[in-house]
Amino acid sequence: MLALSGGSALAQTATPKKGGTLTFLQTSEPNTLVSLTTTATSALTNSAKVTEGLLEYDFDIKPRPALATEWSISPDGKTYTFKLRPNVKFHDGKPFTSADVAYSIQLLKTVHPRGRNTFANVTEVQTPDPLTAVIVLSKPAPYLIKALTAAESPIVPKHLYEGTDPVTNKNGNAPIGTGPYLFKEWVRGSHVIYERNPNYWNADLPRIDRMVCKFVTDPGARSIAFENGSGDIGYRTPVALADLDRLKKLPNLVFETDGTSYSYNVQLLQFNLDSQYFKDIKVRQAIAHCIDRAALLKVVAYGYGVVSYSPIAPGLKEFHDPTPSPYAYDLKKAEQLLDEAGFKRGPDKIRFKVPMDFNPVGDDGRRTCEFLRAVLSRVGIAVEIRAADLPTFAKRIYTDRDFDFTYNGHSNLFDPTVGVQRIYWSKNFKKGVPFSNGSHYDNPNVDALLEGAAVENDPVKRKAMFVEFQKIIAEEVPDISLFQPLYLTIKNKRVHDDSITADGVEANMAQVWLDA
Amino acid sequence: MRMGRRIASTLKRTAIHALPTVLGIIVLDFLFLQLMPGDAADVMATEAGSATAETVAALRHQFGIDQPVLTQLANFLSHLARLDLGYSPRFNASVGNLIMARLPNTLLLMVSALTLALVLGIVVGSVMAAWQGKWPDRALSVVVLLFYSMPGFWVGLMAVVLFSVKLGWLPSDGNETIGANLSGFALVSDRLTHLILPALALASFFIAVYARLTRAAMLEVQRQDFMRTARAKGLHPLLIQLRHALRNALVPVTTVAGMNLGNLLGGAVVVETLFGWPGMGRLTLDAVLGRDYSVLLGVLLLSSFVVIVVNVLIDLLHAWLDPRIGATE
Repeated sequence: MLALSGGSALAQTATPKKGGTLTFLQTSEPNTLVSLTTTATSALTNSAKVTEGLLEYDFDIKPRPALATEWSISPDGKTYTFKLRPNVKFHDGKPFTSADVAYSIQLLKTVHPRGRNTFANVTEVQTPDPLTAVIVLSKPAPYLIKALTAAESPIVPKHLYEGTDPVTNKNGNAPIGTGPYLFKEWVRGSHVIYERNPNYWNADLPRIDRMVCKFVTDPGARSIAFENGSGDIGYRTPVALADLDRLKKLPNLVFETDGTSYSYNVQLLQFNLDSQYFKDIKVRQAIAHCIDRAALLKVVAYGYGVVSYSPIAPGLKEFHDPTPSPYAYDLKKAEQLLDEAGFKRGPDKIRFKVPMDFNPVGDDGRRTCEFLRAVLSRVGIAVEIRAADLPTFAKRIYTDRDFDFTYNGHSNLFDPTVGVQRIYWSKNFKKGVPFSNGSHYDNPNVDALLEGAAVENDPVKRKAMFVEFQKIIAEEVPDISLFQPLYLTIKNKRVHDDSITADGVEANMAQVWLDA
Repeated sequence: MRMGRRIASTLKRTAIHALPTVLGIIVLDFLFLQLMPGDAADVMATEAGSATAETVAALRHQFGIDQPVLTQLANFLSHLARLDLGYSPRFNASVGNLIMARLPNTLLLMVSALTLALVLGIVVGSVMAAWQGKWPDRALSVVVLLFYSMPGFWVGLMAVVLFSVKLGWLPSDGNETIGANLSGFALVSDRLTHLILPALALASFFIAVYARLTRAAMLEVQRQDFMRTARAKGLHPLLIQLRHALRNALVPVTTVAGMNLGNLLGGAVVVETLFGWPGMGRLTLDAVLGRDYSVLLGVLLLSSFVVIVVNVLIDLLHAWLDPRIGATE
């Protein structure tokens, strides 16, 4: 009956039509069509169309049935019991059973980039009968129940993976799953075609005959495709922000923000705490005093976002602490702190010169750096912006640690333990691991809070721990959280019911339908 | 008979030159690629947005980049000796298959662009030479100068804005209507409409180059003695221009065209990205950004083959255009 919340949202729209081809514009080509061994966005975009998950989630990340029809969590938070949907078949005709669930969870625990952490406490998955799976944990994992979407925790066919290397398994190139769409073809460098699964367990779905996922890597080309109607839908703001005003004037396009609540990003200025300048808290506080977040958001992100003072995104309402930074925009204060720290203005009015890096994913990195360079020059800090491609950036920040401060972004995901802990936990300072503790922050109190919250079963106590954590981070400024970007899904107005879950178009899109 | 000997000697010379060249290209490329910061595992882990030390180590092992550099090179060469370009964990496919799937598309685009550039360039250049200093020469000079100075991708973008967005005549991306299952004439015309804009974008700069070259060469030839002789024996002016002037003027033009081929392959990276053309240019870019050395080396190897083969063809074309060339060898 939990499914009703989604159903009522549907009832408001017109009667769905059947048939048609949906053209889904994607910004990059995936390495695999099953998000089992990678969590790259391009893989997440495609995976759920064929490979489903145990649950789906409404916009507030409340679970709804998918492959599991009922579920319960024991009071101690260590046993999760799932009743599975009967009469579900994989696309090759083999039945879907609890053995597939048990096998997939174990695979996720060993080969999935996040699954290693999400399912770390799983000791075993029991299968008392073909339609019951019981996940047994050694310690509670309060985030686990939110991790079971199709894209995040795909349930793959055991009979195709057993005894093979999951990374090179051919199922990644030509997937077989239980989902609403059958994989038809993948032409590298061009597109993937999915077709309607006539034997889907929900006989009314899917509604469209065919989904063409086109890989269009150039943002200008994507704008044109939306403009001339050769592309129907794209997500995570698939065009340059500067193009949005023009596109918004076109009558055939719709811009929506539904279906983006499963994973919020927080963009931030991250310090290297081993840097000769930024190891001093006064210098970091001074930088914080220089930043007017509202102005930055308006200039670099064209206002598409929400100011955030905290590494836990405002979208994660359950945990976000909206208290403003203790270091408000105040250039005089900044100058005073820099003087106190011993970085006086030299004869050329400059206190020190320092390079700034930026994460090249997204088109706002350089603009942010230019904004920050301008404001920091006013307090006597000369910033030199260094551009780099993704591997160069990753190596510089996480392996060589040859940086002073960098503009960066982190995905919060569905829970701070999964998305935020990794950036501040001293035990996750790991050279060579991207998006680990890049600032080399080390505070035993913060470690204790994060470790406590990871296994705390009581939501009230858990929230209190995260609020305390946010307070410490705000004071010690190992980084400066700036804003949470607002991602738009752009679609032709003939497309309906595309984003009806927390993860929007990354879900299976079984309900999507088109005007004739 | 002479042509047969000519072909044989050209092929022999090419074979002797090509093998060490290709080997040199591979080894140099391999070593240069080692200088690029970051590796394939860094990219995959960063793209994933989440990683653990174990996933990164597993990735390195899979790509074979946890081994010493010289071992990697030896592995690559020993595979290559068995005509095996290796396997790309990034694409989860064999490099040979990846490239072969893209090569026809790139060749089609390149050959179309080169043909378009040569035909238009030579026609425009001849017209300019024939009306030297008159208004057709002046007007075309301005157009040629524009094509020469505007980057191809910009010409392409503007053509897309005009023909795809405003007029709606031509598609803006891809190389075919996906999933249309066309055949016969419909298929050919579908491919053609997709080909026009990218070929034009890729060709625009070279049209200008060949037009200028042809004009200069034609004017040069006009002053030669044999031209006066041809006129004196009363040949039709058109015949003089085509058989005597143009044929001689083509030698410098085709020489430059052969040398431009490398640039054309480079330009394909931009044009293919802009037009969503599933060719080797985009594969190259993906491989560079993904630090996928096995794919990149395969692409570079094949590209050098293409350049060598086309240069052989140009050599032979020269022999036909001007039998004096290379006759002394």
